Amino acid sequence: MAENVWILGIYMTKFGKHPDKDTVDLAAEATMGALTDGGVSMKDMGILAAGNLMGAGLGIGQALQKQIGQTGIPVYNVANACATGATALRTAIMAVKAGEADYGLAVGVEKLSGAGLLAGGARTSESNVYTPSGRFGAVAPVDGRIGTETMPGVFAQIGMQYVHEHQYGEAPFELFARISEKNHSHSTLNPLAAYTKKMSVEEIMGDVMIAYPNTRPMCSANCDGAAAAVVVSDSTLKKLSGEQQRRAVKVAASVLTTDPWEEACQVLPDVNTLTRNAADQAYEAAGVGPDDLDLVELHDCFATAELVHYDNLKLCEPGAATDFFESGATWRDGRTPVNVSGGLESKGHPIAATGIANIWEVCTHLRGEAKDRQIEGARLGLAHVIGLGSACGVHILEKAA
Amino acid sequence: MTQQIPLVDYLVLGDTPHLVAHECTTCGARFFDRRNACASCFGTQFATVGVSSEGELEAFTIVSFAAPGVPVPFVAGVVDCRGTSVRANVINTAPDPEHVKLGMKVRLATYSVGTDDEGTEAVGFGFEPF
Ligand SMILES: [Zn+2]
Repeated sequence: MAENVWILGIYMTKFGKHPDKDTVDLAAEATMGALTDGGVSMKDMGILAAGNLMGAGLGIGQALQKQIGQTGIPVYNVANACATGATALRTAIMAVKAGEADYGLAVGVEKLSGAGLLAGGARTSESNVYTPSGRFGAVAPVDGRIGTETMPGVFAQIGMQYVHEHQYGEAPFELFARISEKNHSHSTLNPLAAYTKKMSVEEIMGDVMIAYPNTRPMCSANCDGAAAAVVVSDSTLKKLSGEQQRRAVKVAASVLTTDPWEEACQVLPDVNTLTRNAADQAYEAAGVGPDDLDLVELHDCFATAELVHYDNLKLCEPGAATDFFESGATWRDGRTPVNVSGGLESKGHPIAATGIANIWEVCTHLRGEAKDRQIEGARLGLAHVIGLGSACGVHILEKAA
Repeated sequence: MTQQIPLVDYLVLGDTPHLVAHECTTCGARFFDRRNACASCFGTQFATVGVSSEGELEAFTIVSFAAPGVPVPFVAGVVDCRGTSVRANVINTAPDPEHVKLGMKVRLATYSVGTDDEGTEAVGFGFEPF
């Protein structure tokens, strides 16, 4: 029986604009913060897993080591779209679980301020003689001619498809705007969020339209940031101080899935099935159910995505995500608070950092250290990310007994 | 008469333009791209099958911001063509939520994408309400 794994130390930088810091500076702040938080040093670490999507291929892990400590340990530079941070963490967890390391370190970092729209490639000049190329034998670029490759547009369709399938066709724009209103309201209590401004439904609906029904405040905010975590095995944790053991957070489940084949999944990405699979596996591994959760941080890369994930994570009855939201359940004073950090729409989405930052948020509540936005008595939380392509990470975290 | 070429190889031109798919002969899964194998059952035999030119709009978005060079706004969507989902733009209607509705009936329509230096016209497709 493999050992339990615990989060010993965890840290997230302020999300936002960091013009004076480079990628390694941010990764170093997060990593050193996580080590200090856990009361350990680079000397203790047996493995480093690191993610930086924009610099994938450049070896962020080794660049980081050269600033904070070269100890010769194995580095895994990972990339899994928006699930990169969760993938890095899971890599460290697997190494500890396998008994290859007593301590593992995971970091995700991104510099995205001013990156603009995350879209498919720009159209280059079109050839002078039409020649079919690529897997569709296309003679000209298809983005914009055969659907859209922009993220806001893809996730808009995913939310609209849910509304259509479940007969909530009346006012989807306003529904999604109200989900965004909730997250922007939550963000006012999070000093590390990139945007902390409360927004009314009218302001959200009246803002710049990006891809109907997603206006600008309903889209994840591009920003800079990093997050890092130190994980430790059960047996090693038992040798540490009472304070370290008290603040340690148990990784009750750590799951990564990809999208299994479904009709239409190569036409419009299916972010549902892999999330449902990951949720099922995670609840089973943790021996808990959705009703046991005190808080959830889920991947609201767009307001349209948050709705479908209420259902995918089994927070509501199948098909009842709209009713669930309308009941007020996902507000911070509701039955299952969702994205009390402000979510990606206001906290921000430095891609590779996101899958560890959401775990930092949950851990901070479980430790009772979330100050003004503390969910009182939180004992169990879930963190979810989706990287389009697709990869889904789900972690369930549990307060130390 | 002008020479024509389809925007993508799964659009068949002629008197009744229509889409075709690669259908796995083992499990029936349909794909529009060139295949190495079937993502569902791993089979390697495919047959070319016609796709219905009529369907229902099962999801859409109205894209206002896109990559450089892509004209906006436009309606991107997924059409359920009697059991085969197709990615396409909704065309020949105003790109606003008053004219584009979830579940509306649409049919295939073609349009000219442009003409190359040799006078060949590229023909694209979309779906229009009817
Ligand atoms: Zn097959």
